[in-house]
Amino acid sequence: MWSLFHKFGSPPWLYRLSGSILRWLLPITVIALVVGAVWGVLFTPPDFRQGNSYRIIYIHVPAAVVALAGYYVMAIAGAVSLIWRMKMADVAMRACAPIGAALTFVALVTGSIWGKPTWGTWWVWDARITSMLILFFLYLGVIALYEAYENKELAAKACAVLSLVGTVNIPIIYKSVDWWYSLHQPASIKFTGDTTIDPSMLYPLLFMIISFYALFTCALLLNMRAEILQREQRTAWVRRLAGSGERD
Amino acid sequence: MRAASSAAFCARLLRRQLVLGLRRPVEIGNPLLFFAMVIALFPLGLGPAPDTLAAFAPGILWIVALLSNLLTSEGVFRGDFEDGSLEQLLLAPQPLYFSVLAYVLAQWLLTGFLLGLLSPLFALMLGLEPAAIPALAGSLLLGTAVLSLVGGIGAALTVGLRRGGMLISLLILPFYMPVLIFGSGAVQAALAGAPAAPYLAILGAMLCMAVALAPLAIAAGLRISADT
Repeated sequence: MWSLFHKFGSPPWLYRLSGSILRWLLPITVIALVVGAVWGVLFTPPDFRQGNSYRIIYIHVPAAVVALAGYYVMAIAGAVSLIWRMKMADVAMRACAPIGAALTFVALVTGSIWGKPTWGTWWVWDARITSMLILFFLYLGVIALYEAYENKELAAKACAVLSLVGTVNIPIIYKSVDWWYSLHQPASIKFTGDTTIDPSMLYPLLFMIISFYALFTCALLLNMRAEILQREQRTAWVRRLAGSGERD
Repeated sequence: MRAASSAAFCARLLRRQLVLGLRRPVEIGNPLLFFAMVIALFPLGLGPAPDTLAAFAPGILWIVALLSNLLTSEGVFRGDFEDGSLEQLLLAPQPLYFSVLAYVLAQWLLTGFLLGLLSPLFALMLGLEPAAIPALAGSLLLGTAVLSLVGGIGAALTVGLRRGGMLISLLILPFYMPVLIFGSGAVQAALAGAPAAPYLAILGAMLCMAVALAPLAIAAGLRISADT
């Protein structure tokens, strides 16, 4: 257990591991995203009320779900880096922030595109939408704080504290649709009780959610690899790696 | 020499911060003046029609209170960080948790507390129904304490940075939003004739949580900033 723990703290080991994971995961993710999108757009029945416009759900819901989960990943990585001073956890935390911000942005934009035909407006100040906007601000705040520090080790610690403080907001965002009655419908997929979505629409949606998790993992690993190389640019193993491709 | 007990230490810290504040009365007046001036902008911007102003009054008063708290939060640890006494505080044997609580309490007493006490005056200037004034003052007193605690986290994280001013607003405004929702909600409920107590209870719950957790984050932030 502890030896694995120490291995995770080692940049070259993590770099190689992430490389061998990505070799498999990246192609699978691309295929899964294409398959899921085609399945959702072409092979599901149109909605009884919304017609075809609901099909954006296959981008909107996965992006929103993974954007929220990404915040937890960031906060947990921050906690690990604060508690065990693990440098690779810093790297993971830093790598999460832009991906999470991008996914939140995608969820907001697709939501507003979906809102136009269904609700007749691009934007409403409803609980779920506002709290997703706050999530977006939280991600941007972490990025801004990280960039403000000259010393990147301190930057990572400060961001870890900030992202842990931010976890207070996440349950509020999760439950906002249930607590405040608003335009946005309550969550259709439930772990307990009946889901209020037809299986023919549900399965491609679940498939897309899993694909988005894979996409998040790929983006996270790619970001982490770039960050590792940048941090370790003066070490021997990175020089060897860079030198192997060059004629010298 | 024996170390002072942490209660005595905190009382002394609180007294020191209050004395430091009271020696510069203009700085205590500044946030209140800011509050009054921004309030004066709204009749100019929205037009002086009493109906519109009264309808917007809960939101206006709360947003301006939030902004004036934001501006004062930034400086809580600034002076002590620059002259090095903050590092002495970090080295002190007394728990940092209670020490930072004393700092935040002093800051709140000199800003949010005074603002809460003076808010009925500004509320009357905007034509808020007198029935909603107790809810306004109550929600401001509870809410600004939460804001001060949360603002302390932002101040602790940015005190070591040269350009912290803009950054602190980006960091902590998202955390101010829930307080704003329930704070102005209390006033609006009172305006509509509904009881404001549920909103005040939620603000009280937020305050309990902030008192329990925010000092931990502030202490961690100060330790990070002291390394810069």
